[in-house]
Amino acid sequence: MIDERFDAIVIGAGMAGNAAAYTMASRGLKVLQLERGEYPGSKNVQGAIMYASMLEKIIPDFREDAPLERHIIEQRFWMMDDRSHTGMQYRSDDFNEDKPNRYTIVRAQFDKWFSRKCREVGVTLLTETTVTDLLVDSTGKVLGVKTDRKGGAIQADVVVLAEGVNGLLGTRAGLREPPKPENVALAVKEMHFLPAETIESRFNIKGDEGVVVEAAGTITKGMTGLAFLYTNKESISLGIGCLISDFAETRESPYTLLETFKAHPSIAPLIAGSEVKEYAAHMIPEGGYKAIPQLHGDGWVVVGDAAQLNNAIHREGSNLAMTSGRLAGEAIHRLKAGRQPMTKENLKLYKELLDESFVMKDLKKYKDMPALLHTNSANFFQSYPQLISRAAQNFLRVDGTPKIDMEKKTTRSFIEKRSRIGLISDAVKLAFAWR
Amino acid sequence: MTTVTEMRVEDKLYQNRYLVDAGRPHIRILPHDKPSAALLSLTRVCPAKCYEENDKGQVEITPDGCMECGTCRVLCEASGEIEWNYPRGGYGVLFKFG
Repeated sequence: MIDERFDAIVIGAGMAGNAAAYTMASRGLKVLQLERGEYPGSKNVQGAIMYASMLEKIIPDFREDAPLERHIIEQRFWMMDDRSHTGMQYRSDDFNEDKPNRYTIVRAQFDKWFSRKCREVGVTLLTETTVTDLLVDSTGKVLGVKTDRKGGAIQADVVVLAEGVNGLLGTRAGLREPPKPENVALAVKEMHFLPAETIESRFNIKGDEGVVVEAAGTITKGMTGLAFLYTNKESISLGIGCLISDFAETRESPYTLLETFKAHPSIAPLIAGSEVKEYAAHMIPEGGYKAIPQLHGDGWVVVGDAAQLNNAIHREGSNLAMTSGRLAGEAIHRLKAGRQPMTKENLKLYKELLDESFVMKDLKKYKDMPALLHTNSANFFQSYPQLISRAAQNFLRVDGTPKIDMEKKTTRSFIEKRSRIGLISDAVKLAFAWR
Repeated sequence: MTTVTEMRVEDKLYQNRYLVDAGRPHIRILPHDKPSAALLSLTRVCPAKCYEENDKGQVEITPDGCMECGTCRVLCEASGEIEWNYPRGGYGVLFKFG
């Protein structure tokens, strides 16, 4: 099939793969990119929010033609119980700037655009091509790939594994472990279509302005998880995700959780009358810093979700994917320019660049959060949301009860549910994991 | 909370685009007498409801509506109960929006 030899083969055309392919090809490397979908994006799922500064570092003028939905001017954090939500909301006209900080996007469209950019700088893209094996020599060095197309193996100096959270190749070749149930979430999502004017009036926005709602609480039935609602131009992306280990234990059905979230009295009016055009499911890496595998070896690097590079606390994934792809691309280019071989030792440069970046610094900061939220999921996702809702009602409902009695009632409800020690210990653990 | 009637996931999957590789399922369950707790949980946890329990108490799979999320792989590949591969290039789910 392909007799040529490439400087690099990139497996996957998602955020990390495209970032790596673009970075290398735009610096003159000969890059082959392989994508199993019919077109780039057809296998990819994300909420999706895209952070501008990480893409600017790759394609500075992306705003000129990238398919962007809305720039976010308002964020709502909701703590939900079955009938209420207690919210923290931030909206600022500062977010209406010349170069907004973050946008909602629709991945299938965005990825097609990003891939077109890659081809413009010389990347050779083969779609509808599933890589079936890595070509590995007796010393463990990765030499190239085998695909399900006729013609056998394709060789390159280095293989960039941008194969996603459920990447089979790196795990089957023994380069990293498959993800563990407690380190990955399963999220399900729907696309709800509504006229732009309806979205704008329901969310109090105009033009390209957008709103993000992120919600935790009894909607995940005590499981560690999060729900979201993002406004696109003429649609609303809405979904919910929980740790797979929690799903397996509780045997909750993800689509029933999604239906329950949609029927919640705080959500239902926002999506009323919409037309659903797609239902998607995808895994999200949640293990954080401690779940990051070996990132480089002889003839290979791993980037993006495949490397578990996701910040669950800040709900950031694609910007870590783009940044890791870019840094891998830069490292490979530097080695190539210096005529250095793609050995494990030399490719350590990628790890060093990543360590210096926000990617590793942020993940390191929250290294203890995944374990804390997981072991305390019933408290953080069930008890506290209910208690906070009750506290808010005690504060707001006026029925002639003296305020001092109301306050005592609120305090007592927290202590009864969690005990003084429990409350203090949760607060201390949270503070330590956060710092 | 508003009671949610058990959603028919088939109605959700109906919205999606697929190119099914007929006769070449990309996930297989190995023969078993009694499924493990993890395998049985897939009858509830699989977001496309590909897994079902038959009248003998064994778990069967029809992966036509699979969204290739990998949840079943994470839960059951290590124990050897299922074999998981991606569909051939171009086949499987084709997200319009993602």
